[in-house]
Amino acid sequence: MPTTYYSEDHEWLRVDGDTGTVGITDHAQEQLGDVVFVELPEIGRTVLKGDDMAVVESVKAASEIYAPAGGEVVETNGALEDNPAAVNEDAEGDGWFVRLKLADPAELEDLMDAEAYAAFVSSQS
Amino acid sequence: MATDTGPEAARRTPLYDLHVARGGRMVDFAGYALPVQYGGIIAEHEQTRDRASLFDVSHMGQARIVGARAAEALESLVPGDIAGLGAGRMRYTQLTGDEGGIRDDLMVTRLAGNALAIVVNAARKDDDFAYLGAALADRGCALEIEEDKALLAFQGPKAASVLETEIPGTDGLAFLQGDLFHWRGTPLWISRSGYTGEDGFEISVPAGHATALAETLLADDGVALAGLGARDSLRLEAGLCLYGHDIDLTTTPVEAGLTWSIGKRRRAEGGFVGADTILDHLRNGTRRRRIGLRLKDRTPAREGAEICDAAGAPVGRVTSGGFGPTVGAPVAMGYVAIGHAAPGTPLTLTVRGRALPARAACLPFIAPGYRR
Repeated sequence: MPTTYYSEDHEWLRVDGDTGTVGITDHAQEQLGDVVFVELPEIGRTVLKGDDMAVVESVKAASEIYAPAGGEVVETNGALEDNPAAVNEDAEGDGWFVRLKLADPAELEDLMDAEAYAAFVSSQS
Repeated sequence: MATDTGPEAARRTPLYDLHVARGGRMVDFAGYALPVQYGGIIAEHEQTRDRASLFDVSHMGQARIVGARAAEALESLVPGDIAGLGAGRMRYTQLTGDEGGIRDDLMVTRLAGNALAIVVNAARKDDDFAYLGAALADRGCALEIEEDKALLAFQGPKAASVLETEIPGTDGLAFLQGDLFHWRGTPLWISRSGYTGEDGFEISVPAGHATALAETLLADDGVALAGLGARDSLRLEAGLCLYGHDIDLTTTPVEAGLTWSIGKRRRAEGGFVGADTILDHLRNGTRRRRIGLRLKDRTPAREGAEICDAAGAPVGRVTSGGFGPTVGAPVAMGYVAIGHAAPGTPLTLTVRGRALPARAACLPFIAPGYRR
């Protein structure tokens, strides 16, 4: 049963075994507005927790996406190349960015669960 | 575009409550709380190109110049042909600086008699009005700031038929012509103009009547509100300059590719602030030029990105850039050394350390829908 974690940078990380899928939250896509391009990392690249891992370009601006946990990039969502709007339409599903082979499960400990993230978002507004 | 201070502290336009009620995401823009978008920028952009959109541009500065020699007085401050404007005709020009740079860009309309109406940028209006007030007083004219007027931009191919139904006679206006109309007893100054590259109108309306007029136009199925985000992507595709980004005190109108806006008589006679430099640029050319840039791939290049030649040497910088929804690809504008300005010249734009392939391109990026 996968478990979903959330970061203060508005990324989600769905962990299934030692693999984690990363995207931006629905709240984040709403704030960014229409996504027109997503720059994804190369497969095989190793990222540390907090590294810039991808860039989301909205009509307005470019936003860095940080790795919510460290690991090796094992897959990227190539469908975003033709349809970046998937990030707006289904941010926490089809709009995923990368799959990581997670380096260290201990790094998940300071991420939030859905309830804590919802409270974090409402505390920010 | 938006500043970091929240919209709470900003001034409100007469349409503020309408924006909030209709879901506008409010930001601080030039000290005004204005909507960056309602539903989404791309949808609002396409709405404007395909149907009609209503933009609140009440933050812009509206004023009149009165005096027997108003046109001659303003001509000493701008390179445009103002004396040659017929009644009800309008023209784009620039307030120039001593070194030939641009203090602001503005629209000037000749009203009945000798008076002129001007519309200047929100971020520049306090400075403009102080400068113009003093300079015009020295030339025997007065500047009358219109504080109590809202300004609506009604833009898109459907705008003319919707406006004609509500305010008969407006569709008879030619491009860059304005006139006084009455709507439910309220006087409106309406001109066929705008900054989106589409046919459309700008409507100066007494503040207390602005919301009712906006709601009336919005009642048509083909009309929707659009925000600052779409206004920016539309003007970028239309190749139009954004003050403080594409033009400023360091760029002359000739470098900026605005030579078309300098009257023939003015080129011959000079007699405006900064004329020495500007006439020299007209005669002898410039070392750099504003150009359009089309990118080969999907990554947008934003303001500040370095422009390099095919060999990788820096030749300029992007001044506006983003995704062009109608073009369907990233587009940008920027200044390059003159030898690289010809359309088709291969260039690269540096984004996050990568050299994105691009070519110098003609402006505008889209075929304008202006009604000539």
